[in-house]
Amino acid sequence: MTIGNVGGGTELDVLAEGELEELPEAAKVIQGRGPWRLAYERLRRDRAAVISAVIIVIIVACAAGAALFATITGHGVNQQFRIIGETPDGFPVGPGGKFWLGTDDQGRDVLVRIAYGARVSLLIGVVTSLITVTFGTIMGLMAGYFGRFVDTLISRIIDVTLSIPFLLFAVALAAVEGGGSILLVVIVLAGFGWSSVARIVRGQVLSIREREYIEAARSLGASSWRIMFIDILPNVIAQVIVYASLLIPLSIVGEATLSFLSIGVQPPTADWGAMIASAQQGGVYQAAWWFLVFPGLALLITTLAFNILGDGIRDAFDPRSDRLFV
Amino acid sequence: MARFLVRRIAQGALVMWLVSIASFLLFFAGGQGPLSVARRIGGKAASPQLLQRIIHDHDLDRPLYKQYWYFLFGNGHGTKGLVRGDLGQDYYYQIPVTHLLKTAAPITLSLALGAAVLWLLMGVASGILSAVKPRSFLDRFFTGIALFFYSLPTFVLGLLLLLFLYFDLSTKAHLHLFPAAGYVDLTQNPWEWAHHLMLPWITLAVVSAAAYTRLTRSSMLDVLGEDYIRTGRAKGLTERRVILRHGLRAALTPIVTQFGIDVGVLIGGAVITETVFSMQGLGYQAIQAISNQDLPVILGIVIVASAAVVIANIVVDIIYAILDPRVRLS
Repeated sequence: MTIGNVGGGTELDVLAEGELEELPEAAKVIQGRGPWRLAYERLRRDRAAVISAVIIVIIVACAAGAALFATITGHGVNQQFRIIGETPDGFPVGPGGKFWLGTDDQGRDVLVRIAYGARVSLLIGVVTSLITVTFGTIMGLMAGYFGRFVDTLISRIIDVTLSIPFLLFAVALAAVEGGGSILLVVIVLAGFGWSSVARIVRGQVLSIREREYIEAARSLGASSWRIMFIDILPNVIAQVIVYASLLIPLSIVGEATLSFLSIGVQPPTADWGAMIASAQQGGVYQAAWWFLVFPGLALLITTLAFNILGDGIRDAFDPRSDRLFV
Repeated sequence: MARFLVRRIAQGALVMWLVSIASFLLFFAGGQGPLSVARRIGGKAASPQLLQRIIHDHDLDRPLYKQYWYFLFGNGHGTKGLVRGDLGQDYYYQIPVTHLLKTAAPITLSLALGAAVLWLLMGVASGILSAVKPRSFLDRFFTGIALFFYSLPTFVLGLLLLLFLYFDLSTKAHLHLFPAAGYVDLTQNPWEWAHHLMLPWITLAVVSAAAYTRLTRSSMLDVLGEDYIRTGRAKGLTERRVILRHGLRAALTPIVTQFGIDVGVLIGGAVITETVFSMQGLGYQAIQAISNQDLPVILGIVIVASAAVVIANIVVDIIYAILDPRVRLS
């Protein structure tokens, strides 16, 4: 993610002008606006980001109300309909009145399972991103602030984690530790993801550390931890938030990929990656496209929405940075 | 340059050493006792005496640091050790792990390098076109496509391509444009080799190209704002020459970095693509070894894969220096 200055600054100017016009005469009081407020206002004007946010809210609602889908259709998430849900030869039934998005290889309702699968995806996506970012930020702060031995140690660990192919390692780890689980997915994703965060934070801290106000804090007798978390952290937090928002779709794809390789969420738990994996097994998807296409679509829409929103958040915090997507 | 190279290679060797420790500890020390390993080698019917012999022969009764030492430098009788290119034998067929790697590597290499060429062409070309006329229709078009594929997981795209371009085309339209899964050796039949790799290449390339479109665009836009580009135009160079010779060369640096990382990772095993298209490359072998719990094979593949990343990074640093004279190698 490079920083350029494409169309730099213009957005800020437009914002300021628009603001003035909107305000009624009496309300034209000079009002201080902090960077957070500015970012939020910029984000609100970003149509693509707002639409994505709405889509994400809908997906979250689907996940939260997954049981509602089960009630409306009358199909339990793990309920197998051997007679109405499968053709006489045991193949899945296509989308129709009974099963809106068709059934899977075991005669279960694809729609209901997709709704339940959203829970796993969102939960792991958000939780993993939070853990990754928190751990990465702390490591990056320590490496950048303490320097010397601590920096060398953490930097080497970063090098090693960045050199080990994550997917291979994840698969191998699952084999050694025996089978997959949600916990393993979180550990693997966070265990490999933190190093990129740490590297970004470390770079920032290296330059902030030399500023006068840090020296001032130190001469006043502030402890290292106080300087790191009270004086330095607020200056890198915007970047961290931007990274976190772009990390969520990556984590969601990562979780789906691990489950697709059957080392993530285990059956019969409904999960998008696992659904696609069972669609692939024995080439079921060739006879039942809906079993592949709908979970795939759910995955695509979710990551797409998070990517656009994350991009909007990046733009809101730093309008001069180049947008990933215009 | 020589000093830089030596330092860089020493650094790479250090990282590789750390990787070997980390993976050895995790895989050999992680959970499984020597008895379960011996059972896997000896089979279910092995007698307790045989199991004891296997444990002894494989040094499983030695302390961990000794086992690691043998793993690195050999134990004097059976294995020669990692430093001499011996990764031990697999648990099931007792064939050297290196033998398995040698058969799997060409498949992964064909897949990775072919896809890399394809995505570099697609990504850089669309990125340049976008940067030359930012916010134009073409720019927005490429952006939309990039966004779409950037968000599409590899396994979903691979399966969709298989479904629509292979299966539906050949059964419903009777058009046999693409073959099913599988791999044909390059030396056997170059045309069939490329033909069989077509869908896997497209899958990998399209997903990766999206990131390169964006990277090239932003990097190129940065460079095109530089003074020397204006100078070039002012002295009457053709636009093509300004953009391709003066602009692109400078804009390539971040692309080379990303490319090095991606190719390194891919050579280590395009696990997903190989699984989807059932190609028996390194990633596929790793998955197989894992379902068999064949630790030496897993460890061997992880180490080779990491080596690929480390070497790719060193190569990137060298290319840096050639591309951009401003980079100082110290």
